[in-house]
Amino acid sequence: MSRIDDVFSKARGEGRLAFIPFVTAGFPDENNSRELIKGLCDVGVDLIEVGIPFSDPIADGPVIQASSNIALSNGMNISGAIKLVSDLSDEISCPIVFMTYYNPIYRYGLDRFAVDCRRFGIAGVIVPDLPLEEAGEWVISARSNELDTIFMVAPTSSEERIKLIAENTLGFLYCVSLKGVTGARQGISGSTLDFILKVRSLTDKPIAVGFGISDAGQVKQLKGCADGVIMGSKLMQIMLDCPDSKGGVAEVLGLVEDILNESVIRY
Amino acid sequence: MDAKKGRFGIFGGQYVPETLMGALIELEENYELFKDDESFKSDLNYYLREYAGRPTPLYLAQRLTGHYGAKAIYLKREDLCHTGSHKINNTLGQALLAKRMGKSRLIAETGAGQHGVATATAAAMLGLKCAIYMGSRDIERQSLNVYRMKLLGSDVIEVKSGSMTLKDAINEAMRDWVKNIDDTHYVIGSVVGPHPYPVMVRDFQSIIGHETRDQILEKEGRLPDFILACVGGGSNSIGIFHAFLDSEVKLVGVEAGGFGLETEKHGASLERGGPGVLHGSLSFVLQDEFGQIREAHSVSAGLDYPGVGPEHAYLKEYGRVGYFSVTDEEALNAFNLLSRYEGILPALESSHALAYLEKMGELIEGKIVAVCLSGRGDKDVGVVSQFLGEEIKAI
Repeated sequence: MSRIDDVFSKARGEGRLAFIPFVTAGFPDENNSRELIKGLCDVGVDLIEVGIPFSDPIADGPVIQASSNIALSNGMNISGAIKLVSDLSDEISCPIVFMTYYNPIYRYGLDRFAVDCRRFGIAGVIVPDLPLEEAGEWVISARSNELDTIFMVAPTSSEERIKLIAENTLGFLYCVSLKGVTGARQGISGSTLDFILKVRSLTDKPIAVGFGISDAGQVKQLKGCADGVIMGSKLMQIMLDCPDSKGGVAEVLGLVEDILNESVIRY
Repeated sequence: MDAKKGRFGIFGGQYVPETLMGALIELEENYELFKDDESFKSDLNYYLREYAGRPTPLYLAQRLTGHYGAKAIYLKREDLCHTGSHKINNTLGQALLAKRMGKSRLIAETGAGQHGVATATAAAMLGLKCAIYMGSRDIERQSLNVYRMKLLGSDVIEVKSGSMTLKDAINEAMRDWVKNIDDTHYVIGSVVGPHPYPVMVRDFQSIIGHETRDQILEKEGRLPDFILACVGGGSNSIGIFHAFLDSEVKLVGVEAGGFGLETEKHGASLERGGPGVLHGSLSFVLQDEFGQIREAHSVSAGLDYPGVGPEHAYLKEYGRVGYFSVTDEEALNAFNLLSRYEGILPALESSHALAYLEKMGELIEGKIVAVCLSGRGDKDVGVVSQFLGEEIKAI
């Protein structure tokens, strides 16, 4: 059992969805990024997805692009993100997964990255531009360092692919809710629910739904078919809109706390 | 050379979000199905001949030959293709394929605007909707092509992210494709991107080399000593090189040296980049020590790209092709030289290949050289006039 497995079995045991916020490392600045991660952990989220900013994030919409650009202009990079999380490791209890495009870890060295992740207690890694077909080398590096390799399925994935990806994912299966890039959207369409139910019927592994999740109502709609939700663009948008970074952190934490407290994610 | 599916040695692959995998698999299956299909081939050949104007001439540039003391310098006149560059070879192929796949909309990225114009043209001729992504900086320096695309009925979508050039236009086109995968085909304009694009675009462009081979054998009774072509993403160069890979001909790819390789303001991915993943394939890319993609620079918008096709990376590693670079200034000098010596305004991209003639020194004496003149330079006169410090006005 990995730490991510524990997260999902605990949430399942408590009859609720696991809540997974996404934050861009180094955004809006290094200090407030650290405060945000710490704060999210303190208000009781289950797992935090920390994005390592990349210059060309093709799976991301305008909000994550903007947060990544700001983080990059602050000098954030793969080494900085590892350091940021390692600095926090004594202060936070919830597990962290990294989200990074492939080139930064390819350049850093797959083994070196996996070893560093393990050393600083990272639970898993999501690489959005590394489909199963290309993941062989990375999977070897990651698994020999007890890192969960989290794969994605999308509404365009065939049933055959969904099965294969579900078999190979560790920790949870990242369910991309729509045909498109990251970004807050309203509601959850019938076709999205159908897709998630199809994925549900094909795997027993925990399913977390991301892309387009922005409010408690959507989370409510996912009860009963998913095991977790990932919310990113909505949170980063709040930070972008807030004139002072400290205020932005507080506002994000307020929203997340509301979602958790309203118990809307309980079954 | 495609030992493993979509790989050239270690280079190539399909590094894309899962959302795109379905579309790439569909595209690959259809391309495999149609590329040897007689009716598809005859359709494509019909349009290449009757619409694009192929075969293009292999022109003996006599004054240029005399100037350099060569035996013969030939220009493969892709600039005479309909729309003014080799890009139409590929867009006709992909647009016909898209139509057979039942897609009703084309999207494309463009740097210099040549690929955008060629895609918009094919879309208009085949009755397909079309949207072209173009960086703000390129829109500024290639305003004529922007207007051409609009006249052809395409939407031109300005890309303001990142370096606001070709690389960012590709990012944005990929994001569009992810959203509109059901009815849209993404016409990538160079031998870059995830498999099957590098193979498919190469196949559509390899007609340049096949014609050149036949033409030079007819004119000279033998193959040339050198073939020169510019390399941005690398489609015209792969196109002309491919028919000669199994020969003794020396193949030279010329990258954008920008302000000089020592300045970091250049587009020489093969000479100054390292292995990395950009836009769906593993190849040579300009990047920093943390794997962030660096901005490229070139006076020529079509070469202003921090990556290069994976097959070029392989041909470099394998040692079959020599890759060099020339600076902005050297390319502009070559632009002027060809204009005055041969009455041909070359595209600034193609001017890079021409500029390498100057660098060959004694090597060129008594030799037969073929240069891929990939496009015409009408689109570049504004940039050239700025460089010369002259204002364009009626005299």
